[in-house]
Amino acid sequence: MTFKQLLAATCVAALGAGAQADGVKVGMITTLSGGGAGLGIDVRDGFLLAVKGNDDIELVIEDDQRKPDIAVQLADKMIQSEKVDVMTGIIWSNLAIAVVPAATAQGKFYLSPNAGPSALAGKGCHQNYFNVSWQNDAFSEAAGTALSGEAGKVFLMAPNYPAGQDIMAGFKRTFQGEIAAEVYTKLGQTDYAAEIAQMRASDADQIYFFLPGGMGISFMKQYAGSGVDKPVSGPAFSFDQGILGAIGDAAVGAKNTAHWSKDLDVPGNAEFVAAFEAEYGRLPSIYAAQGFDTGLLLASAAAKADVDDADAFRAALKEADFQSVRGKFSFGANNHPVQDIYMREVIKEGDLVTNRIVGTAATDHSDPYAADCKL
Amino acid sequence: MTTLLLIEQVLNGLQSGIMLFLMAAGLTLIFGVMGLINLAHGSLYMIGAFAAAAVAGATGSFVLALGASLIAAAAAGAIIEIGVIRRLYDRDHLDQVLATFALILILSEGTRWAFGSFPLYLDVPAALAGPVTLPGGIQYPAYRLLIIGVGLAIAVGLFLLIARTRIGIQIRAGESDREMIAALGVDISKLYTLIFALGAALAGLAGALVGAIQSVQVGMGEPVLILAFVVIVIGGIGSIKGALVGALLVGLTDTLGGVLLPLALSGMMNASAATSVGSALASMSIYILMAVVLIFRPTGLYGTA
Repeated sequence: MTFKQLLAATCVAALGAGAQADGVKVGMITTLSGGGAGLGIDVRDGFLLAVKGNDDIELVIEDDQRKPDIAVQLADKMIQSEKVDVMTGIIWSNLAIAVVPAATAQGKFYLSPNAGPSALAGKGCHQNYFNVSWQNDAFSEAAGTALSGEAGKVFLMAPNYPAGQDIMAGFKRTFQGEIAAEVYTKLGQTDYAAEIAQMRASDADQIYFFLPGGMGISFMKQYAGSGVDKPVSGPAFSFDQGILGAIGDAAVGAKNTAHWSKDLDVPGNAEFVAAFEAEYGRLPSIYAAQGFDTGLLLASAAAKADVDDADAFRAALKEADFQSVRGKFSFGANNHPVQDIYMREVIKEGDLVTNRIVGTAATDHSDPYAADCKL
Repeated sequence: MTTLLLIEQVLNGLQSGIMLFLMAAGLTLIFGVMGLINLAHGSLYMIGAFAAAAVAGATGSFVLALGASLIAAAAAGAIIEIGVIRRLYDRDHLDQVLATFALILILSEGTRWAFGSFPLYLDVPAALAGPVTLPGGIQYPAYRLLIIGVGLAIAVGLFLLIARTRIGIQIRAGESDREMIAALGVDISKLYTLIFALGAALAGLAGALVGAIQSVQVGMGEPVLILAFVVIVIGGIGSIKGALVGALLVGLTDTLGGVLLPLALSGMMNASAATSVGSALASMSIYILMAVVLIFRPTGLYGTA
């Protein structure tokens, strides 16, 4: 597609016309068109902001259209004809599972700015695969701990795909209480009337759901109109900045767990939020924060080691020597993050619907799959 | 499962069927009369929703927003028919599919360029925001009842238009023999533009009505388009009655399958296995329905060979 090539070319040009032979060539495959495009665009923009003006990094961006087959084709093209050193960008767990093992097996590094399927965290972990976002279970494990005791019976709902199953597994692992019902919906489902009727009829005291992107918008609007008044909560994906504007007041009061929030008081975060807003004219989401951290991590490793020396570059990545906008950040044994997870609440600031932090849900959280990883 | 919950789920199935009917009616008219496979029908649905969101954002009026969705989608439909589709009537279906698929890409990226990649805000009017209590104590969202009412009214209107008016006669005549009615002095190209715009307007209205309870975003039309094709294949291509019956069948199968299958399976296996097998089967159910219909009625329920 010409527009995409133009975009990629512009990005590359903007990042330093004279790409150096000893720089790092990065292939970003992310979702830039179709229903999930908001997430990919935020990751891309956060990443571009982090590496702006950095001559060591040359970037090629392609759109996977949220389709696993296209992502695999693009990955082959990037590895074989573009000869990239590092890959990044994939948003969706099912795409990551399709692309990452092949890329790392061919000696490429992969930095995940979103998506942390359990399949790549335990037995399937790889020394060249670094997850800069979260393992899929993380937010809901923290939520399960936080909701234990106070929530009563919980009604669970998620789409039927790897991340949906991981997130529900995470919640059930830590939640001490009764699960009233567990419902799996179709990925991309837009009408939740049937599920809402089940919620109304069930004896649950609280709803915990994971529906990223447009699915969350549809559900929240329909839930608000249904007259069911059980409190809702979920991982931050269902309540993130990119979709809150479309949900509007219906989301206010909902609790959600995340590793980042725009009001998180750590060094560099306020500057990141301001710079992102100045550059792109909108508030950053968690995806933008993850893209930004991924860019910072890559730049920190590129400054320390030559990417052709894989062992040195890997060690430089593993150090995670950068100031994350999430505050503390380090890699666990399976190259997945060890980080704090916060409880956020959706609030209204003037006309703007956004999140604020109301507490810490988990400190130094790491994922349970590390034990299965032989690194 | 209680009877009340079952009745509520049947209402949900009806409502989703009615929405599908608005999409499928235009699609089946266009295919029946013009012999054209219009993959871009989902984009017209999206255009309706975006026009409604933009007008509702600017004026705050939901009625104006619905009006805007009709006008915008009808105008887009007319422009597309005159600019692109008109050249395709004599070509085979593969060319039509290619050209209308290109239209999907152009319209999607054009909408993204104009409105950005992030979903827009469009909410139901405050007067219809809450639930109403139906006889028997069922609480049901008022807005969904409105959708059922509007859809049924449009179904009746379409039947009357096709069965009782002069344009309806021309449409039916065009369906059976287009050369003949052209020879009789009917301006066939004007008729085609009109039908295309009518189908587009119905899709746009569906987009606006649904956009208020779902998410208004680029690409929202394609999942519905697939279901609409299933509907017209089940109902019989070209038949409005078939589109209505097919849409209600698909809506009810989809909704009730998703609810009842996991429940039925929970007697045979443990809860989480029943949930995942049940929801997997439920996603297949409408396609199984389509296959079964096609085995017994290869031209669909109301189709003519």
